[in-house]
Amino acid sequence: MERHLDDELQKLKSNLLKMATLTEEGIHNSIESLKNQDSDLAESVIQDDQKIDALELTIEEHAIELLALFQPMASDLRFITTGMRINTELERIADLNVNICQRVKELSSYPLLKPLVEIPQLADVAKEMVREAIDAFVRRDKETATKVILTDKQANELRNKAMEQLMNDYLIKDGSTAPRAIPLFLIARDLERICDHAASISEDVIYMVQAKMIRHHRERLLAIESIDSEE
Amino acid sequence: MSPVTAEPHPKNNRKFNKKMRLVMKEQDKGKKKGSLLKIKVEHFNFFYDTTRALKDIEMQIYANTVVGIIGPSGCGKSTFLRCFNRMNDIIRNVRYQGEIYIDDRNIFDKSVDVVDLRRNVGMVFQKSNPFPKSIFENVAYGLKINGVRDKDFITQKVEKSLKDAVIWDEVKDRLHKSAFALSGGQQQRLCIARALAIEPEVLLLDEPASALDPIATSKIEELIHELKKKYTIIIVTHNMQQAARVSDYTAFIMLGELIEYEETNKIFTNPSKKITEDYVTGRFG
Repeated sequence: MERHLDDELQKLKSNLLKMATLTEEGIHNSIESLKNQDSDLAESVIQDDQKIDALELTIEEHAIELLALFQPMASDLRFITTGMRINTELERIADLNVNICQRVKELSSYPLLKPLVEIPQLADVAKEMVREAIDAFVRRDKETATKVILTDKQANELRNKAMEQLMNDYLIKDGSTAPRAIPLFLIARDLERICDHAASISEDVIYMVQAKMIRHHRERLLAIESIDSEE
Repeated sequence: MSPVTAEPHPKNNRKFNKKMRLVMKEQDKGKKKGSLLKIKVEHFNFFYDTTRALKDIEMQIYANTVVGIIGPSGCGKSTFLRCFNRMNDIIRNVRYQGEIYIDDRNIFDKSVDVVDLRRNVGMVFQKSNPFPKSIFENVAYGLKINGVRDKDFITQKVEKSLKDAVIWDEVKDRLHKSAFALSGGQQQRLCIARALAIEPEVLLLDEPASALDPIATSKIEELIHELKKKYTIIIVTHNMQQAARVSDYTAFIMLGELIEYEETNKIFTNPSKKITEDYVTGRFG
């Protein structure tokens, strides 16, 4: 039986996908702007953030309205509360894109300090994690969500490697490189934070699908996974 | 559909426990209620003539908890509720199979005095049914027919029951006015006070707020929350939000079968059975 609530949930999902698409575009464009030192592209990402902020409010108001008017239960309740959290995570990812683009603009007046290796790799990991986390949400797929969570470790390693190199090869050796090294340092940090948000979205997806809270306790994910495979 | 044996206590839910023992030890400690078993229903069947209205129901109810019974119309929830104080005995051609134990005593045992049982298991119905008497007399009635003659004791008991039912402040100045002068919500709380006066241990509530406005409903729900400190409460309700708000455990009955009986939180956020999920999300019913 098709319910009125089903139409509303579909609308909520469509808006979340729109938000995810805008955010993914933002990650892509912020990295392209860094690689090509393109301040115009960076500026366009900063401007587009307003659209994402507006959409975040629309989604949040819609979700609150659904909670108040339909008093949803079980999977409906989990879908809406997860949608609200994913909405917030996506908006934070968009804010990090803005941070990255601001750093790109700072860097645009200097030649690049070094050929970028780890940062584009980290950017690819971040993009892929966000894309897969959203896919997991759309397809209610806990395996993909689990994969994203486990990839977070790789993101941490890449960030550490990028930061160590910048610190050891440039900042410690020659303080005058700071204006060119620190923005890259911050970009590495922001990209890793995007990965953290993708992992959080995946944790929310696992709650939506299995009603299991693994937030702050990822070891639970591993324990649950191992028991599920035994069964 | 095969009969379902449901067990509310996490201790006996093996699958849940197997996972949670590994991953949620600390949370588990908080969940264990450790309360006293008050009511035990074992392989319980109920027949109207040849129609089997309740099918092999098993459940356990702990003292000082509220159990909500939900299910579509005609599923047998009120029939089940009325079994706990044998109210169905007054219907012709009904038959029971199985046992219901209250405090380890089978209520269908020949030695059980039904009047005693109903004194111990109070009941409040969907439609408030005050007697055509004063507010005071309504509450005092149960005591008087039980042979209590001490006027001071009766006065104290009436006051205490009205206070426990959170209606004292609204009626204390008109105790000797007709109960019919009260609003629907007040009449329902008066009926609860009347049930409390004879100090039952178990309280059965059959849709106690379905005819009331939201304010009166909220008062009844607050009252249930207070009463569970002293009583074990079983409530039948059509209103799922109400079951979610007031009960500690929820039983979902469908076509006379107990489909799922779990902690309320679990039933309304992550029911184990698809049919429960479909019912609580309004896909049928």
